[in-house]
This record gives sequence, C-alpha cells and structure tokens, in this order.
Amino acid sequence: MLEADTKPDVATLKEIYRRTALINRSDARFRALLTQGKLAIIYYPVRGQEVLAAAMMTALRSDDYLVTTYRGLHDQLAKGVPSKLLWAECTGRATGSCKGKGGPMHITHPASGVMVTTGVVGSGLPIANGLALASQNRGDGRVTVVSFGDGAANIGAFHEAMNMAQLWKLPVIFLCQNNRYGEHTSYAAHTAAKSIVDRAAGYGMRGVKTNGNDASAMYAAAKEAVDRARAGEGPTLIEAMSYRMLGHFFGADFGYVPKELLATAADQDPVPALRNSLLALQVAESELAAIDAAAELEIDEAVEYAFASPFPALDELKSDVWATESAS
Amino acid sequence: MTTARAINFVQALGSALDEAMAADERVILLGEDIGDDQGGGVFKITKGLSAKYGRNRVRSTPISEQAIIGAAVGAAISGMRPVAEIMLMNFVTVAMDQIVNHAAKLRYMSGGQTHVPLVIRTTTGSGVGFGGQHSDMLEAWFAHVPGLRVVMASTPADAKGLLLSAIEDEDPVIMIENILAYGQTGPAPEPGFRVPLGKAAIARPGTDVSVVAYGRAVVDALAVAERLAGEGISIEVIDLRTIAPFDEATVFASVVKTRRAVVVHEAVRAYGTGAEVSARLHEELFDTLAAPVGRVGSNFSPVPFSSPLEKAWIYSQDQIADAIRATLKPSSRRRLP
Repeated sequence: MLEADTKPDVATLKEIYRRTALINRSDARFRALLTQGKLAIIYYPVRGQEVLAAAMMTALRSDDYLVTTYRGLHDQLAKGVPSKLLWAECTGRATGSCKGKGGPMHITHPASGVMVTTGVVGSGLPIANGLALASQNRGDGRVTVVSFGDGAANIGAFHEAMNMAQLWKLPVIFLCQNNRYGEHTSYAAHTAAKSIVDRAAGYGMRGVKTNGNDASAMYAAAKEAVDRARAGEGPTLIEAMSYRMLGHFFGADFGYVPKELLATAADQDPVPALRNSLLALQVAESELAAIDAAAELEIDEAVEYAFASPFPALDELKSDVWATESAS
Repeated sequence: MTTARAINFVQALGSALDEAMAADERVILLGEDIGDDQGGGVFKITKGLSAKYGRNRVRSTPISEQAIIGAAVGAAISGMRPVAEIMLMNFVTVAMDQIVNHAAKLRYMSGGQTHVPLVIRTTTGSGVGFGGQHSDMLEAWFAHVPGLRVVMASTPADAKGLLLSAIEDEDPVIMIENILAYGQTGPAPEPGFRVPLGKAAIARPGTDVSVVAYGRAVVDALAVAERLAGEGISIEVIDLRTIAPFDEATVFASVVKTRRAVVVHEAVRAYGTGAEVSARLHEELFDTLAAPVGRVGSNFSPVPFSSPLEKAWIYSQDQIADAIRATLKPSSRRRLP
C-alpha cells in the first residue's frame, strides 16, 4: 500500500484535532468537577492518549464497531458517543446512554458503534472477535476495533483472542494503547518482552508499532489496518506508544512514576503537538480556536444537560435483567 | 405433543440445532471439535451440520473457552444467535468472566441497548469414570447470577423443545446435558414442539408428597415414585426443566396440594438449587407445610474416580425414598403452638 493512501490530508488532521480537542477538554472537565466535589465517580483519566484514539476512530466508518475499557473516554468520544448521553450516563441519570445503569465503566452506544465498554482488563478482545465474526458472516464490511492497555496483553484472553482472530482472518484490529503502566505497575515490572507488538508474529498476525502521539503516524497505521481488515486480509495488532500523564484513576497517587518519564510525557504531549503541526500546515489559529470553543460549548451543554436530568425511576432497578421481566 | 417414533438425546439435540440453523441464518455454532472435519463433536451431536451449513456457521474452535464464549457474546450483541458448546461443564470455569461479567450483564449495563441471545450447551455428570474435573454439576453458580437462565431436560423431546426455545430467546441460556443420558430414548416430539422457558412439567401426578427434580434426578424420582406407590404413597414428580429462574407457580401449586416436598439433584447438596427451592417453600408456604422440605443431593466432595466411590458419591434412590418417608412421619410435623 502506498504511503499516500494512508497519510492524512489536512482535512483529516483537522478532524482528528476536532476529536482530540473534545477528548482533551472533556477529560479536563471531568477532573475539574471531581476536584470541586461536584462529581463523585471513579474516573480513569485519558490525558496523554487523546490523539491516538482520535486518529484511530477517524480512520473508521461510523458504523464500524468499537470495544473499549474503563479508561475509555477518549475512545468513546472519538467514536462519536454524543457528549450529552455520555455525561448523563457518567452522572447516573435516566437520560444517559445506558439510562444510568452502566456508568462510566460501561458506556454503550450502538448507534455510534460503541458496543461494549468493559471494566475487566482484557475481556474485550474475545468479544471483539465475535462482532467481527458476525460482520464476516454477514459480509457487511464492518471493521471492529478493540482497545486495551499494555497491562491487558498479559491476561489469557489476549492470547486466546489473538489466535482465534488470525485463524479465522477476522476483520478486527487489536489496538494496544501502550501507556507504559498496567494500573500502578510499570511496563518493565509487568512485561519481560521488549514490545507487545512482537507477539503478533507468534500468532502469524500482522503487527505494527507506531507513535500514538503522532497524529499522522497513528492515522496511517490505523487506516492501513482498517483497509486491510475491510478487504478481508485479516487482523492487525497495533501497538500505539503513548504516555499516561496522570495516575491510574483520578485522585490516585502516582508518585511512583519517575519524574523523568513524566517530563518526557509532557515534552511529547500529543495535543499541542497536533495543534502546532496544523498551524505549520497554514491552518489559521482562529480556526483551531473555533474548534476548541466548540468543544467547550459542547461540554458546557452536556454537563448542564446531565445535571438537570432526573435520576432513573426506581422501577429501572428490575428492568433489563431479561427481555421480559422474569421472577428470580 | 410427542409421536410414536423414538429418539435419543443426541438425535434430539442434533435435530434441534439443524432445524434452528435451517430456519434462521443468524444461528451459528461455535465449539471445540464440532465440525465434521473433527468428527462432528465428541458426542456427535453436531455431526453433519458443518457439511450442511458451512464452516462459517459451524465454527470448530481452538481449545479456548474464553475466546469461544467471548466470540459468541460479541456475535450475539451484533445480532447473531450463537450456540456455543463447552465440551464439559467444568471447562466453563475458564470462561466465567465472559459468562458472568459480560453475557449475563450487558443488557442491564447497557440499559437495554444491547442484549445477548446466546445459548451455551454443555454436558457433565457422574458415573462415567471421568473423575473430579469432568463430572460436576455447577448449575447453582449460574442460577445465582441475574441475567442467566439455566435449563436441563429429562427427556429427549424436552431437550429438543428446550434447546429451540433457548435459541429463540433474547437472553443467554445455559443448557446442561447429561453424558449418561445421551443414549436414553423417548418419544420424538412433533414438529414445532417447544418447551417454554420458565415452565416446569408434572412428570407424574400424585397427592401425598411433591418431589422437585431436574435432569437425571427426574428419572430417579419417577423410579422411586413407582416403588413407593406400592407402599401406598402417591408422589407428584415435578420436572423443573428451567432450573433458574424456576417455575414457582407450578411448584407452589403442587405443594399446596401435597403439603410435603423433597428436592432432588445430582449437584452436591450444600448451597445447591435445593436450598433455594426449599427456602422459598418455607418462606411462602410455611403454614401449609406438614413437614420440613427435604433435600437430597450428592456427597460434598469432588467426584471420585474409583467406581465404588463414584457410585457412592451420587445420591441414591434409597435416599430419595427415605427423604420422602421422612416428610410423612408424624415426628417430622412442626409442633403447633
């Protein structure tokens, strides 16, 4: 495949930036409201991983499937979950995407392709195979992306799913967001192998390691994997290198992260990097400012909507266990 | 509802899968060795199906239970109707995360946006000499999880009717089969026969004591009922068919009539289905009961290998008979104030 086929043009980069800005500012707003005590939820920050998600999802169609994890805000927004539904869900409101019954760790919105958000590390990979299998049987041309961290590469589900996906040449992309930490344990302390991507070879699978903080490189890797999957050429393991700039969850101590690593992460912060690269491509500062402002406005409206929304009626407690209510 | 023709469990289950696949393209099978290239399944239940419906619909899998159930969950939320086979029930332990955290909960956690029309077929049972890791009855684990249904048939016709209902259901169903019963024959059901989920059957009507059972315990309960009829005791045998959530209405109606009940299952007694059925009977019908509800289950140990030990592990028909008689003894009556 020619590089020209997958290199993002300016319009694509602007779209990646639009999604990045929304993620970045949404993450900041969550943390601000948590700090102010206006919100009391478990929140897993995505600061530092905005661009890789924005680039990956920009390479997808809106009807492609996504399976993600509890650290999933970036993936969900990038895939198109409406901010209002997302905020209402995270505040436990009846108007949330899951009627307030899932919460931040289980955001689901099939209309934008977000089929599962799991709170269990690694569990999304086998499920993604099933979504991809359904697409393969139907011939609907959809591609499934499953996000997970470097820590998830060490759970058994990873191995089973990778082997099965390659065996059946499923249209699935395994997006390992390597943010250098599995919960509170550093990559070096949880994995002896140099790279996660090297494991692809063990399954006979195509593997690509890329700089997830570089929008162009990430988009190119994503687009090529998507095109191949859609063409029936099978799965790809993408190891997108990035940094988790904050702790495992909001409020968690991350004093164990070496200062040098945090300095490197700050130095390679993907958000200003993408903004600067767009300015270098002669995109006007005013245009980017307008994108930023639109993101802020969308969040303002979403937060207002969420907090003004009612909590679920108590009869929701018993519904949705089964299709038809069944005595237990 | 049944015909004069006899079929066994293998034929009943195989024909249910065949009919479901013929009727609905969304029905797909996943499991170890289930393809014809692998012999059509270790118990031959899926024999001929991959040849008939192709390898995309009959997916013979690697030995990867998490990946099997995970793929079935994903396919189900995408609109397919997967039937996943876990070769032996003990192997579900490897896939518990997918079953308990995902299949059971996605409907609820998504607020009804996604659901998991998945059937997990699995088989088990003592008496085959498979030892401690290939014989367990683990239905109570799943019965305890909101969002799962657990079913088990005691006749080939019910096996077919239950499996078809499970495939047509919108939510996950775990169907337990019994290895020793695969060759057991019974009348074939008429075309279109279904056993509704959540509905028990009166396997034998009676008036003195209700015996609640499922799977092979129904067969044993019927044998005991026949024997005790000679002692002038009239037993009503209830075949739960759906273990969870169980058909309270049928069970309660029977016990209102008989005022006495014994629950029998192959699973070990402690913390088993019998405890739940018994507790509900005591909660709801305390004033009606003439005696405490009896529970019969198997020995609280792993299933042993050695044949005499294995035979002694499972409940006996004598234990069932004793438990029934105990409910009829004057001494077992509750003392009235």
